[in-house]
Amino acid sequence: MSQDKREIVIPSQLLGEIKQKKAGRGTFIENGKIYAEILGILNNDSNYINVIPLKGRYDPIEKDLVIGIVQEAMSSSWLVDINAAYPALLHVNEVPWDVDFGETERYLNNGDSVMAKVLQVDREKKLQITLKDYNLYKLKDGYILNVEPSKVPRIIGKKGSMISLLKKYTKCRIFVGQNGRIWVNGSDDGIKKVINTIKMIENESLSYGLTNKIEELLKKDAKDVH
Amino acid sequence: MNTEIKLIDNGKRLDGRKPDELRKINIEVGVLHRAEGSCYLEWGGNKVIAAIYGPREAIPRHTQNPLRAIVNAKYNMAAFSVDERKRPGPDRRSREISKVISEALENVIQLEKYPRASIDVNIEVLDAEAGTRCAGLTAAAVALVDAGIPMKDIPVACAAGKIEDQVVLDLGKDEDNYGSADLPVAISPRTGEILLLQMDGHLTLEEFNKAFDLAIKGCHIISDIQKKAIMKKYQSDVEV
Repeated sequence: MSQDKREIVIPSQLLGEIKQKKAGRGTFIENGKIYAEILGILNNDSNYINVIPLKGRYDPIEKDLVIGIVQEAMSSSWLVDINAAYPALLHVNEVPWDVDFGETERYLNNGDSVMAKVLQVDREKKLQITLKDYNLYKLKDGYILNVEPSKVPRIIGKKGSMISLLKKYTKCRIFVGQNGRIWVNGSDDGIKKVINTIKMIENESLSYGLTNKIEELLKKDAKDVH
Repeated sequence: MNTEIKLIDNGKRLDGRKPDELRKINIEVGVLHRAEGSCYLEWGGNKVIAAIYGPREAIPRHTQNPLRAIVNAKYNMAAFSVDERKRPGPDRRSREISKVISEALENVIQLEKYPRASIDVNIEVLDAEAGTRCAGLTAAAVALVDAGIPMKDIPVACAAGKIEDQVVLDLGKDEDNYGSADLPVAISPRTGEILLLQMDGHLTLEEFNKAFDLAIKGCHIISDIQKKAIMKKYQSDVEV
């Protein structure tokens, strides 16, 4: 594909004037000029100048689906690590079970993983998550792998194209949390294949036509087996 | 030691540099896997590693600021970094340097994005040869960019000083020990704001101005090296 090369920008790099374009994510304005504030890839196709981060922590947004790991069980809530800068609070009112006061450890304990939804992010960045939605539950088996949170959209693909491809060829159950944690369950070979493919997607996340490339690879793999 | 050796002779310094010449600088980005961001820097005989952890919730809790993040820089010299073994652990000097580096970095990081958090900057000096605070700050700045932390600028530091009545850039070890003044400066290269300015020794106003201008010139050269190092690491990702 003959598209323009993706341009890497570093903090303090001048990106444009405020008169011509609007400052989007990953930028800041000083004296009418727009500068990059993070290391990332420049995107100024639209009216906005955006910088898509290459690295960095997960920035929680309400209604995101994430995978969390329980850090601590308190008497009426749990503290859950969701890969953000702060631990998230999971209150007993936000789980589908009827938990008595002080009995939290019987349901979720240190080290357990949950699929959860970000319920609330307030101005002090105090986080709350919930398990009260359909298909949110405690993860009992399977495998969790970590990727850069900024690469999650690439792993999901356009309208889920990449992830459905993976599911189709490996027959695994996959859930991608917005916080860069991915849960995989299926046969051992399938899990191995998913992990390798996701690592590859992560490494080559900046190249064009990646979905087609991955599809070819998976097809070839499938033939080799039979 | 013998004071007969001339620190500067015929416009040439002990290591053969010109008065306005920097030592050789080499920066490598992303050397540690467990840190959010890291940087290894060689500056003449200085060898420094900087590692960033966080932003994460600040502990102990009374250090938290509900409106912004705090920067926790920790400068540490390895026991084997100097000729005579240094007693390990924090001392008065390293605490001072930790503090001034924290404050310099606080001015460029977008702290409001992470209320209640702390950004931990660990600077480890593996080999010291004068100017480690400048080297440490320069390495920490690169590591912060590598960690993907939002910043208004990439700070950079460089020192100037006076040896044998002449103002020179980037003092070496003997020049620092037997020279008459040392002036480390850290700036924000985009705006030219001063983030750190210390002086050890005596300079006249005229000499100070000269040394200051020289140090700023040095900062801009190093700033380019920093940016090139970051680009080198991440440009290769794009061209896959």
